[in-house]
Amino acid sequence: MELTETDARLVAALRDGLPVTARPYAALGERLGLSEATVLARLTALREAGVVRRFGAIVRHRALGYTANAMCVFDVPDAGAADLGRRAARHPGVTLCYRRRRAAGWPYNLYCMIHGRDHGRVLELYEALADDLGVAEGARAILFSRRCFKQTAGCYGRAAAAGSGAQRPDGARGATVMAAR
Amino acid sequence: MADDALDATDRAIINGLQGGFPVCERPYAEAAARLGLDEATLLARLRRLLDAGVLTRFGPQYRPEALGGTTCLAAMAVPPEHFDAVAEIVNGFTAVAHNYARDHALNMWFVVATADAGAADAALADIQRATGLDVLAFPKEAEYCLDLKLPV
Repeated sequence: MELTETDARLVAALRDGLPVTARPYAALGERLGLSEATVLARLTALREAGVVRRFGAIVRHRALGYTANAMCVFDVPDAGAADLGRRAARHPGVTLCYRRRRAAGWPYNLYCMIHGRDHGRVLELYEALADDLGVAEGARAILFSRRCFKQTAGCYGRAAAAGSGAQRPDGARGATVMAAR
Repeated sequence: MADDALDATDRAIINGLQGGFPVCERPYAEAAARLGLDEATLLARLRRLLDAGVLTRFGPQYRPEALGGTTCLAAMAVPPEHFDAVAEIVNGFTAVAHNYARDHALNMWFVVATADAGAADAALADIQRATGLDVLAFPKEAEYCLDLKLPV
């Protein structure tokens, strides 16, 4: 979908979130000089086109005790990767699942992120996932995160050009060094 | 706000509203009804969860490719004694959106977010030059799940 100028402004205006007021789309429209009906119509279109992948509460998982974060990687046959990826995505604890290009010395092509409240539980979920996918021990690895050095909302493309550019008071858009994992 | 400061209503809100927020004139009223709450209660709770930092945001998450952008995962094997200095160099690049230390010989994992694949390659080449370390790139070929849903 080709974003219109209006779409790009909407996307940029929503980067810091939807107003938490009874008629948020009207409030947003007012800020942008658009009618509420236009905002509703464009957002519906953006959502249907998959530009918006998810709409709702974005959780700061560390604040909720999800401190164990592991990237689990598997070497699976390319031909079966899509089936296994969809299967993995349904697993408890798997929050993101991608197929990625292999690299020299790195045979893995299926990536699953598992977030959990403790290290041991994440390991159990990983072992269960590996069993279910039928991937033997030599063809997989789990990489726990130790520290997060930077976490910003990605900013690119037309929306960036139209960007709000506002620095969030909590520094969520800036470089952030976090204490642990 | 500690995890144990959340009550059952907070948990129901967080669990129920991680996706599928309505696009209509009174969306909070509609979302509240689904949760068996009233609009004013939901608005007040959401403001509190945002103020407390339990939620980073309430709103859309975009697919980078749809915004005319792209992201690429990359990793480096950084000598532990140079780790902090290298992290500082890498984080200094505006294209770097996330950077994590992980338990592996490849111990630094970061994501570059750029306008297109060419710009991603250029950013990774710049990082390789600036750090003097090999950068391995793992471009995404397919995505199998969209919802980052964490029950609380």
